[in-house]
Amino acid sequence: MSAANRAPEISVGDVVVHKDCALSRESLVRYAGASGDFNPIHYRDDIASSVGLEGVLAHGMLTMGLAISPVSSWLAQVTSGRGQLVSYQVRFTKPVYVPAHGTVGVQVSATVAKLDDPAPGRVTLNLSVTTEAGASVLGKALAVVSLS
Amino acid sequence: MSVNPALVDVVFEPTESYVVGREKIREFAAAVLADDPSHWDVEVARSRGFADLVAPPTFPVVIQDKTLQQLLSHPGAGIDFSRVVHGDQRFEYSRPVVAGDELVATLRVTKVQSLGGHSMVTSESAMTDTAGEHVVTAISTLVVRGDEG
Repeated sequence: MSAANRAPEISVGDVVVHKDCALSRESLVRYAGASGDFNPIHYRDDIASSVGLEGVLAHGMLTMGLAISPVSSWLAQVTSGRGQLVSYQVRFTKPVYVPAHGTVGVQVSATVAKLDDPAPGRVTLNLSVTTEAGASVLGKALAVVSLS
Repeated sequence: MSVNPALVDVVFEPTESYVVGREKIREFAAAVLADDPSHWDVEVARSRGFADLVAPPTFPVVIQDKTLQQLLSHPGAGIDFSRVVHGDQRFEYSRPVVAGDELVATLRVTKVQSLGGHSMVTSESAMTDTAGEHVVTAISTLVVRGDEG
């Protein structure tokens, strides 16, 4: 074990990231333009309901991107910019419906699940994204980072 | 129509080179609320040892999407685009994508499964730079809903 590679304040179970976000229709249009994903179920109510959805929903990849953004900031801070993301995975389990007016609140957090496993300096984070209604929208959301 | 199991191990043509631009990185970072300065400030990115602005971790989906279009439009695939739902997504990084990268992506189908009337197609899109070095692989499972729905 190379304890020198590890920021000493990290322990399994620590919540290292906690962030509240708000998504509006503008957020979805902005993501559509940035990503090139113009599937109309992400901005047109009539098309969303014609395919059996409750309403317009956020792109799964927008949710995946939102969840990792504060992790990148945390990693840069604890490693003075030396840390790197090794892998990142999610399962899309529930949609995030976004109202035509106003916003929907989304809460992002990351908890340390493993330390120095499978190699010294590796940290596995368990990510969680929940809506203001309490629905967990990602399953098996794991980010593995290297601290050095 | 279900997804053709003969797709497994099919490798598609490498995509045309995608040139990663600084302003595209900033645009994507704004969309996913990525506020780390390495996505915005070239001097910060360079002070951390990168050649230029660092793309947010999910940015490679922009390039992966070009390979998924090849898969979805493949005439023998049997994939009805209107029935496709994104099941899961994974990225494996050798290094972050940075502005100035010229990336080529090659998709390989790794698994086709049927489950409860639905089909699931897993593919991996490996992205390499101009030196031929691996940068990132994007792996996704698409769920194609069955006809009864």
